Amino acid sequence: MRYLPLTQPDREAMLGVIGASSIDDLFVDVPASAVLDGPIAGLPMHASELAVERHMTKLAAKNLAAGAAPFFLGAGAYRHHVPASVDHIIQRGEFLTAYTPYQPEIAQGTLQMMFEFQSQIARLLGCDVANASMYDGSTACWEAITMARRVTKRGKAILSGGLHPHYVSVANTMAKFTGDQLVTALPTLSPTPDTDDLIAQIDDDTSCVVVQYPDILGRIADLSKLAEAAHAKKALLVAVVTEPVALGAIKAPGEMGADIVVGEGQSLGVGLQFGGPYVGLFACSEKLVRQMPGRLCGETVDAEGKRGYVLTLSTREQHIRREKATSNICTSSVLCALAMSVHMTLLGEKGLRQLAAINHATALAAADRLAQVPGVELVTPTFFNEFTLKLSKEARPVVRTLADKGILAGVSLGRLYPGADDLANGLIVAVTETTTSEDIETLASALQEVLA
Amino acid sequence: MSTINQSGWRPTTPEAGEASDISTFTGNRALMLDEALIFEIGSSETTGVDFGEVPAAPSRLGGLERSAEIGLPGLSEPETVRHYTRLSRQNYAIDLGLFPLGSCTMKHNPRLNERMARLPGFADIHPLAPVDTVQGALEVIDQLAHWLITLTGMQAVAMSPKAGAHGELCGILAIRSALDAQGQQDRKILLVPTSAHGTNPATAAFAGFSVEDIPATEDGRVDLEALKARLGPDIAGVMITNPNTCGLFERDMKAISDAVHAAGGYVYCDGANFNAIVGRVRPGDLGVDAMHINLHKTFSTPHGGGGPGSGPVVLSAALAPYAPLPFVEKQGDKFHLVEEETAGEHHAGTFGRMTAFNGQMGMFTRALTYILSHGADGLRQVAEDSVLNANYILRSMTDVLEAPFAKYGPCMHEAIFSDKGLPEGLSTIDIAKGLIDEGYHPMTVYFPLVVHGAMLVEPTETESKATLDQFIGAFRSVAARAKNGDPTIKTAPHFAPRRRLDETLAARKPVLAWKAPAKAEAAE
Repeated sequence: MRYLPLTQPDREAMLGVIGASSIDDLFVDVPASAVLDGPIAGLPMHASELAVERHMTKLAAKNLAAGAAPFFLGAGAYRHHVPASVDHIIQRGEFLTAYTPYQPEIAQGTLQMMFEFQSQIARLLGCDVANASMYDGSTACWEAITMARRVTKRGKAILSGGLHPHYVSVANTMAKFTGDQLVTALPTLSPTPDTDDLIAQIDDDTSCVVVQYPDILGRIADLSKLAEAAHAKKALLVAVVTEPVALGAIKAPGEMGADIVVGEGQSLGVGLQFGGPYVGLFACSEKLVRQMPGRLCGETVDAEGKRGYVLTLSTREQHIRREKATSNICTSSVLCALAMSVHMTLLGEKGLRQLAAINHATALAAADRLAQVPGVELVTPTFFNEFTLKLSKEARPVVRTLADKGILAGVSLGRLYPGADDLANGLIVAVTETTTSEDIETLASALQEVLA
Repeated sequence: MSTINQSGWRPTTPEAGEASDISTFTGNRALMLDEALIFEIGSSETTGVDFGEVPAAPSRLGGLERSAEIGLPGLSEPETVRHYTRLSRQNYAIDLGLFPLGSCTMKHNPRLNERMARLPGFADIHPLAPVDTVQGALEVIDQLAHWLITLTGMQAVAMSPKAGAHGELCGILAIRSALDAQGQQDRKILLVPTSAHGTNPATAAFAGFSVEDIPATEDGRVDLEALKARLGPDIAGVMITNPNTCGLFERDMKAISDAVHAAGGYVYCDGANFNAIVGRVRPGDLGVDAMHINLHKTFSTPHGGGGPGSGPVVLSAALAPYAPLPFVEKQGDKFHLVEEETAGEHHAGTFGRMTAFNGQMGMFTRALTYILSHGADGLRQVAEDSVLNANYILRSMTDVLEAPFAKYGPCMHEAIFSDKGLPEGLSTIDIAKGLIDEGYHPMTVYFPLVVHGAMLVEPTETESKATLDQFIGAFRSVAARAKNGDPTIKTAPHFAPRRRLDETLAARKPVLAWKAPAKAEAAE
């Protein structure tokens, strides 16, 4: 087998050194009743690279790739062009096949990259410090809620109706077991987010308010008032960003007073990948850093005084603190963080601002064109690259019908909020630099046909 | 000959001379290249991405335009490629050599996996795309799930957990849900051996349990009698790693499971070390109720410097009803994604969603590619060769290092040694750093906690005998230097890109993000 270098003579010689007569001697501790005599029946035997490639290629061909269709899906995962050099760099074996940098003398590549990533993310989100990544945005969001509980010693979190419903689901799942109290709401198809409602609900038991920016429908709200209201009650403001490209155009949550900013970094460098692996972002103010979950890389010097980097503040983490750790997270998403970091380095501030400007302009054009279609109403007056339409019909079957025509039209609110009748006609449409004017025209005329 | 050479150049016989004191202008040493931070070499005006014309459209950003500088440096494409290439060369990696990090299973990462994961049909599909357009992706999940269930002899598998610790959380939440469904809310304690990964107690606490230690026997296993004595109406279950973190198979696993079940609890198995038994033992036959599988360990997906991982959790019939959403179900010829909406019909017991989307699809394609490559026969050989390689190292080292459990029999996929017999002032860390100078990544050190100065060596099955022989030679040499009190080992590594780093300083005065050096006042 091509991945196994030992030859049969090697195996026999090694058994001799060990003093075992057969490989079975090395499995003596397995109770006889649990020993399998041979390969498990009903499973195929080994296969050549060519055969496996054929099998997998056939499966891949059953999917409609985003690049092969007019494509308008967003709602927490975005399709952007990823420069070729990003993928080249993350495939370098020294990054791809390294482990967590526990031996810093021979892991400075990963460590320096983590330090750069942390610095980029802190700046992008407008915070003092960021960690070296979490699994994804949704789990980072729950971690922020638990961190706010530790910081404030209060157990009630208020979640905006504009927070991604899957993020709300994850928090609901966890809160069932931890006893945290969550206040949740559905979004409404209204032009403005629920900032005032959130402010009205903050009380002395509130640990944090969690708000998405831009929100699930694409709306953008100034977070300053919310931050002030939270701070007045000694609660924290947690902001969630699912489309970091937006921060090349709009103010960072940290600039508006958010104490913890978490997010999904997938849209820069990582790709869609049917939902994972993605890269969770986690940033906060300096004074909260010892309550932060996840790995942190810090600067130091070596025995010769040369600058270098190490994993630090590990006494927050499970491998040192065990049941008293800030989180159980161990493996995070460093290779995806590398992809994101490389993409940000290629863009730089200038490129990110240009990318954001193109996204916004293309989205404006798309929104205006689609709003001309009879039976289509633009719900969101402010947005970055994603907006919500209200259709004259239930949106979910419309999306299915358009998919049958080879058009990936957007994410229906019926898919995200099954059973919520008030939202059933809503359609979230995302537009990026990958969207062409032909794509927009194709969607507009197909919508017109379906809604007629 | 010399008539052809008209330049005056003459071939020379080199002399070595003394080079260590020479300083270079750059600070570099030939291929040892240092690299500044992107913040020091980039600028906010530079970009490595060309866009066409950027439209000057009016904005609908609600007056929230980002006017202040973000502070993100850019590099051109050649500078970017060079920056990261230079950084990469300061990393050790499996591609460079043996990486015997115990319990982490650093095996070769086949490149076919990478190629398959990048097929646009897998890499370029949206998690919320209409299910009719992603049937192939759901089929990948279904096929991988089938392999995992069959290889472990379990009832079901939850595919969405993002990494090992997330998988642990999944299993523990399933246990909590099952207990709650039986009205057993008072069972709030999980028993965890001292040798467990730190994630086990951390996960238990994250899910609202408290943790108690299970004592170990002399030969490094769970003390069955002590465990039985502790079982009772307050115990939710146990979390046991098998093979355990000392590299030993828990002989009494079935008896442990039976005792825990009889006392009304559940058995969580940490499957981090499944590599040692895949194809030879099915955890389901040992009474396990839940076990996570690190696809980045047993099934060869790359570790990437610390993730992404992927931690599907196989479940027994008792826990399967509580599996998290979403999951893939086949009805007729079609694959469905069971989410909150449809769960009510047949899966009312589900404890809910653990992550936004469908799990680590990019890791599923890689793992399935690997599994299909090996097949049922190859995977069995994986376990055998990994165990053979570990025992070969164990038996080649016992005369120079103390191996606390070697007298009780063979190890599984990893061999454990202690620092017993090292002179005062020298410890495991020094052997580890000495191995760096020999061109190896060190073994896992000071873990598990039950062995003093533990050195946990896991060679994996993807190393040849010649590689192992050379490593054994180096390991013996470094161990001997340590035993003889060689002072140069205390200051190792000498030849790595950095000498030992000051971790105390890093923690005492944390510098976690780059800050621009203060500008001179004169600039005002």
